[in-house]
Amino acid sequence: MTSPLYPLPVPFRAREHSDSVMQRPIPDESELTAGVRIVPGRAYGFFTDTSLCIGCKACEVACKEWNTLPADKVRLSGTSYDNTRHLSATTWRHVRFIEKIRNSGGARVTAMEPFQSNWLMMSDVCKHCKRAGCLEACPTGALFRTEFGTVVVQQDICNGCAYCVPSCPFGVVEINFNDGKAHKCTLCYDRLKGGFEPACAKSCPTNSIQFGEVEDLLDRACKRLEKLRRSRPSAYLYGAPGAPGATGGIEQLYCFFLLLDRPEVYNLPLNPKLPSKRIKKSLNAGLITAAGIGLAAAAVLASVGQEE
Amino acid sequence: MGSNMAENHPIAFRFVLEAKERGAKIIHVDPRFTRTSALADIYAPIRCGSDIAFLGGIINHILEKDLWFREYALNYTNIATIINDKYQDAEELDGIFSGWDAETRSYKLETWQYKGEATPQELEKFHVTTGSPYPEKLKRIASGPPSTDLTLQHPNCVYNILRRHYARYTPEMVERVTGCPKETFLAVADALVQNSGREKTGAWCYAVGWTHHTTGVQIIRCAGIIQALLGNIGRPGAGILALRGHCSIQGSTDVPTLYNLLPGYLPHPSANPDNADLKSYIESGTTQTGFLHNFPKFTTSLLRAWYGENANKGNEWGYQWIPKILGDHSQLPMTLAISNGTIRGLLLIGQNPVIGGHNSSMIRKALPNLEWMVIREFFENETASYWYKSPEALSGEIKPENVKTEMFLLPAALPGEKDGTFTNTHRLVQWHDKVVDPPSDCRSDLWFFYHLGRKLKELYAQSNDPRDDPIKNLSWDYPEIGPRRDPLAEAVLKEINGYTWPERKQLENTKQLKDDGSTACGVWIYTGVFPKQDHNQARSRVADGSDGPGTHLGWGFAWPDNRRILYNRASADPDGKPWSEKKRYMWWDESKKKWDGYDVSDFPPDKAPGYVPDWNDNPRGMDAIDGKSPFTMISDGKSSLFVPSGIKDGPLPTHYEPVESPVKNILYGQQDNPATKKWPRRDNRYHEPADPKYPYAITTYRLTEHHSGAIPTRMVPTTAELQPEGFAEIPPELAEETGIANLDWVIISTARGEVETKALVTDRLQPFTIDGKRVYQIGMPWHFGWQGYATGDIANTLSSVVGDPNTTIHEGKAFTCNLRKGRLNGRSHQ
Repeated sequence: MTSPLYPLPVPFRAREHSDSVMQRPIPDESELTAGVRIVPGRAYGFFTDTSLCIGCKACEVACKEWNTLPADKVRLSGTSYDNTRHLSATTWRHVRFIEKIRNSGGARVTAMEPFQSNWLMMSDVCKHCKRAGCLEACPTGALFRTEFGTVVVQQDICNGCAYCVPSCPFGVVEINFNDGKAHKCTLCYDRLKGGFEPACAKSCPTNSIQFGEVEDLLDRACKRLEKLRRSRPSAYLYGAPGAPGATGGIEQLYCFFLLLDRPEVYNLPLNPKLPSKRIKKSLNAGLITAAGIGLAAAAVLASVGQEE
Repeated sequence: MGSNMAENHPIAFRFVLEAKERGAKIIHVDPRFTRTSALADIYAPIRCGSDIAFLGGIINHILEKDLWFREYALNYTNIATIINDKYQDAEELDGIFSGWDAETRSYKLETWQYKGEATPQELEKFHVTTGSPYPEKLKRIASGPPSTDLTLQHPNCVYNILRRHYARYTPEMVERVTGCPKETFLAVADALVQNSGREKTGAWCYAVGWTHHTTGVQIIRCAGIIQALLGNIGRPGAGILALRGHCSIQGSTDVPTLYNLLPGYLPHPSANPDNADLKSYIESGTTQTGFLHNFPKFTTSLLRAWYGENANKGNEWGYQWIPKILGDHSQLPMTLAISNGTIRGLLLIGQNPVIGGHNSSMIRKALPNLEWMVIREFFENETASYWYKSPEALSGEIKPENVKTEMFLLPAALPGEKDGTFTNTHRLVQWHDKVVDPPSDCRSDLWFFYHLGRKLKELYAQSNDPRDDPIKNLSWDYPEIGPRRDPLAEAVLKEINGYTWPERKQLENTKQLKDDGSTACGVWIYTGVFPKQDHNQARSRVADGSDGPGTHLGWGFAWPDNRRILYNRASADPDGKPWSEKKRYMWWDESKKKWDGYDVSDFPPDKAPGYVPDWNDNPRGMDAIDGKSPFTMISDGKSSLFVPSGIKDGPLPTHYEPVESPVKNILYGQQDNPATKKWPRRDNRYHEPADPKYPYAITTYRLTEHHSGAIPTRMVPTTAELQPEGFAEIPPELAEETGIANLDWVIISTARGEVETKALVTDRLQPFTIDGKRVYQIGMPWHFGWQGYATGDIANTLSSVVGDPNTTIHEGKAFTCNLRKGRLNGRSHQ
């Protein structure tokens, strides 16, 4: 069906597969479900529009089911309806819940802002950065850029050094201490190879998670933002080129977001930076320190010499 | 309202968001701020159980400000109809209507009738009464249309009765009773009115947030009145949408699994004298006017389908083989009957009454009385394991060695492991194929019932006892396929659709049904779902293109007759023209002399808007419905603002407090619904109104992350992790008063039992000021139990067995409790 939000250019092919008897997978199924054919050599990503998120967590379940990830946090967190708490080696999609039920005067609201209001819900995921800190830090080549523009860890090559962990400004990558390897979202690399839309986007009932070619997604997102901002001036894109989140040499997040409140509210950094951007500064500081120590040592030695 | 749609119907909610993107205004009225509220334009908080006060306030607002859709309501509803002079309203009798019989705690309906005649009313048939049948005269007279006063001056016309009845439901009163700020209430009322009329329509979505009350039917009636006054029935984007809680629960009501109905909403024969034989059953069920004049065709065809060649005119088509009901056999009284030892065996399919039943502790103590219990499930659920894992078993109150019940746990197949259909909320029947075979001994419900029936027929084959005739004469000839001997599901759907007898040629629509035994039909409203030998319409997936019209008549099958909007005659004005271009849907084409439009017409296609029945000719059935009366299932063709018969607790919805309420009824001396079904006993005690021992209101509900009794989700790690433990939601103000911090263990107690759970302190719940008194409300999801990965105490241990007079549905959405910090010693499962 066509959605008035984001009309998809698909209906003709859909007719070919309208029978409920399916003898084999539909070739290029993603064209039917997400309106995009997956072709190597182009960059793909997610546009996560939090203004449409209803916090159902279908994305979390679909991700864990497809990627056979274990449920390892079966305990009530007490933080709103967020019980998986953060992205981790075993949680690659995570829905954050932020309750702000009271207005600035302390009273509970009844008149709401357009779209998602006062109980913010946001499905977080690996950003698949255009310039990725984890990728730069990986000494073994286990982390690599795929033919779809995404960043994936190969556990059979990973040596568990964990350099990628602090190199990610978003805290996405984590070592799983069961196998000692780094794990994170692959943007369903295996599904993309088979022509399928990633599991989380396919399962999202409200189109909050949209999969597509990054350029198309940006185009859609800008149109959505333009419309939304008429009634919701606080809305902005996080991770689009030139926007918050795409700073510090990262250039662009292939998985970017439409947010309604400040990045910190969603536990996202306002100005993330590539660690390599700090090298020059750190190196200089280090060299200066080393030089200082050298000078001091020389001075000490000199003074010792003098004493002798 | 009465629905947490984003959480419990997330797939359907995508369409709400699409509507919102096109400019629709979303309003959420709910005791709790939920994920639905977060996506709404207006959130109106109300105290649980005060819905009719809120909705009555809207009716008052529409009438007093003269905001109703006059041309629609005057023509299509009974607003101008004059009611019997002897009728006395609840306003005059302090909360009770005329006709109340205190001894039987029920109403006599004579004074509620249309003036000068007793109009047959369709609704009455849906609720087989346990008392004596309605007086014969109430059902028969059809000598002309009821008397009306289109100037609305007559003091007893429905318009004036409505105005008097709701006069005190002012915005101020709404605030006093519900706790919703007056301004918020008025914003809701204004938004409704502004989005109704010729150019616009509005819809109400409700779910069990409305039905789980002792006033459930009357709450929904309020929406009926509002929508009929605003012209929001039978039109695109309008209606009252009952969001069903499970896949295909709509189908299980249609086919049905309800004790008091035969397939297609035909009343189940009772042991009353007026159901003694087929002739009297048909007489008592057939309306003289309106569509249900066809009742004999549906009944005879059903009997032919069930008893095949064994049915003939001489043996009343097998009518006597249908067991007769004796009273209320619904779930609540049945659990009491188990407790009393009346019921000796229990067959549970997709049911987990220890979690989903009410007064769970009483149920757990009742179950050992059973001689046998069969449970078909995916996993061992709480009902299957109560005898060694329940709190009573752990405390020694139930000793496993003393439980004599023979228990059978039969593994069931999941939806992807069987062929079949889903019937969704909008009556859309969609076929699905089996994806994989179920593992090992797991079998579909269809397999189970087919082979159970086959075995029973074998066992009774040699019997000469007349009481075994019902099984001996049942036709049971479905083809089997595969090594597991699965019955062919499509063969069952073909029978549901109906065919000619004995040729077995598929029927194409309900008009082809006959009352002479020449047609067989399992469910008359489904006729057309399998219209040709090799054409399963439920399997069709042809969608409309982006150029419209958007009714998608080629996608699946919507009962009846593939109609997408019921009563769609109302989408055109009395002359048959669309109310507006924007809301064009069905219209009368004068040149072709027929109804045209985007849907299947409710009306006979050639019935002109100007048609008037000639009452001298004694018109019957649809011939007695004039060309301007869209509501063809009602015998006068008009939407009933005022309901003369068929509803057991009053012709108009009236605010009553829940049976257990933290406050006294401000509007009437009558505290709660006088006709409520109550079963007071030592193990099912009720709290007094405003009982200081149980000062807090409590509401129970579901979460997105779990499914009902939660066997399919608590047992699966990926869903269990999302809501891993039971909890109670508590407003911070109450938490502070009781010294409870977030994640503290708390004990919630009622006269039925106590549970311990963790506190989730949240601003999403709020205290209310009711008539100057602060009232706290807490919430507890009822999914949890001791089995699976996600565990917690059972919320329904707290609730009582008490029922709506019409439906015997419990009041799990509003009762009272106490709350304290702490744990129950030795009772935890965590």
